[in-house]
Amino acid sequence: MEAIDVIKSSYIRELLAKGVREGSRGMMDFRNIEVKAGVIPHAEGSAQVDLGATKVLAGVKAVLGEPMADTPDQGTLSMSAELLPLASAEYEMGPPSPEAIELARVVDRGIRAGECVDLQSLLLEEGKAWSIFTDIYVLNYDGNLFDASELAAMTALASARLPKYEDGKVVPEEHVQDLKMNNIVTSSTFVKIGSHVLLDMNGHEEMAADARLTVATDGKLVRAMQKGLRGSLKIDEVDSMVETALGKHEGLKGLIERASGRSF
Amino acid sequence: MASKANKPALLIDGKRRDGRGFGDLRPLNIEAGILKNADGSAYVEWGNNKVLAAVYGPREVQPRHTADPLRAVIKCRYAMAPFSSIGEHGRTGPNRRAIEISKVTREVFENVVMLSEFPNSQINIFIEILQSDGGTRAAGITAASVALADSGLYIRDMVYSVSVGKIDGKLALDLDMIEDNYSEADMPVAIAPRNNEILLLQMDGNYSREEIDRAIDMVLEAGKTISAKQREALRSSYSGASR
Repeated sequence: MEAIDVIKSSYIRELLAKGVREGSRGMMDFRNIEVKAGVIPHAEGSAQVDLGATKVLAGVKAVLGEPMADTPDQGTLSMSAELLPLASAEYEMGPPSPEAIELARVVDRGIRAGECVDLQSLLLEEGKAWSIFTDIYVLNYDGNLFDASELAAMTALASARLPKYEDGKVVPEEHVQDLKMNNIVTSSTFVKIGSHVLLDMNGHEEMAADARLTVATDGKLVRAMQKGLRGSLKIDEVDSMVETALGKHEGLKGLIERASGRSF
Repeated sequence: MASKANKPALLIDGKRRDGRGFGDLRPLNIEAGILKNADGSAYVEWGNNKVLAAVYGPREVQPRHTADPLRAVIKCRYAMAPFSSIGEHGRTGPNRRAIEISKVTREVFENVVMLSEFPNSQINIFIEILQSDGGTRAAGITAASVALADSGLYIRDMVYSVSVGKIDGKLALDLDMIEDNYSEADMPVAIAPRNNEILLLQMDGNYSREEIDRAIDMVLEAGKTISAKQREALRSSYSGASR
C-alpha cells in the first residue's frame, strides 16, 4: 500500500468513527445506479451499468456449439471478466489477474446457481446447442465491481435476443427470439471496516476494507456467496448481510426489468 | 453440476451412500512434518481426498517489486494433480477454479500469520491435491494450517475448514464428489477457532437464510473434531523418532 492509500484509508475510518460515509450515504445504501440495455447492438445482448463512478459493460454473444457430454440436453454458459487497463491506474496489461477471475466466477456462480438462463431452451437439435458467452468489461473502477457486474451481466442476458438458426446454420444478422430466462439474481456486496459494516463500497472504502462478502439472491433464496479479503466476519454479521441482500433484491430487479423492457 | 437425469440415489434408508449421518465427517487423518525440505508440511487423508501441503519461508520476495516493507507477503498455490480425479486426465497446473481457490486460501492465511513480524519477506503456501473426492479446498486449508504450525512461523490460530451441502433437501456435512455433483447447494467455510469467526465463505446453489445459520452451526460442531485432529498431528510429529 502506498502512502497516499494509507492516508485515504484512515480518512475513511475517521469518517466511519463519526458514523458518516463519503457522499453522506447511509451504511446500507447503494450509490446512484443507472442501467442501460442494448448499448452494443452488434452483440446479442448488452448492458452498461453505472454504479456511482464505477462503470461496467457486459456483452452477450451466442455461438453455435455443442452440449457438454454430461448435459446433452442443454446449451452452455460461460463468463469472463476483464479489468481493462484504461479503467484504473492500478490495472495492468496482461493475462487475467486472480481478481478478474474471481469477479467472473462469482458473477457466474450467482447466475448459474440461480438457474437464470433456461439452458434446455438453448438446445437446437441433438448435438447442437447455443453456447452463451458473457463478457464483463470494467471501464472505470470506483469500488464494488461485483454488484455492478452482476447487474450488467444479468441485464445483458435478460435483454439478449438469439439469432435465427436455419438448416444447421446461424443467420447472425437476424435476431428472432428472446433468450429464455427463468429467474433473476442480483447481488449485494458488503465490506467490514473495523467494526463497521457497509453496503456498496466505493474505491476508497474498498481500499480500507478488512473483509468483504457478496451475497447473490433471487429474493427468496441465497444463490451464491463469496467472502474476500483477509479480515474475518462474525456469524451474526453474515446473517444480517444475508437479510439486507434479500431486502435489496426487488429494487435491483426493477432496474433490470426497466432496462431490458421485460418483466420476470 | 451434472445433469439431474442420471442422478443416483443420494440417500438410502435415510442414510448417505457411505452410511454417514448428515452431520458426520468422512474419516480424517493428518500427519505433520512429512517433507524434509519444507519449513513446514502436512499430509491429509480425508475420505478419498489425499492432500499435501508445504510452507516455505520467510524468504526473499520474488519478484522483488511485490515486497511489502510493512509485512510479509503470502503466495499461495492450490492445484489438482492431472491424475487426481476419478474422471478424465486433468490439465497440468492451476486452471481458473484453482486460481480463485488459491486467492481465497491466501486471504485466509493472511489473517492468521503474524505478517508484520516478517516485513519484506515472502511466505509460500503450497497445496497439492493428489487425489480428489469433493471438499478439496477445505482439506487443503486444513492441511496448510497444520503445515504452517509445523513451520514454527508465528500464527494466531490453527484454522480449519469444512463444507456443508444440501442433498435431497437436507443439510449434509462434508459432501463427497458424487454428493457434490448432484447437490442443491454447497458452502465451504473456514473458521478461526479462537473466536469462531469466518475466514472463508463461499456458496452456490440454493439456501434459505435459516439453512445458512444451521449450516454454520454444523461447521462449528464438526470443527471440534477437525481441530482436535490437527493438534494431535502436530503433537505426534514431536513425539516420534521421525524428526
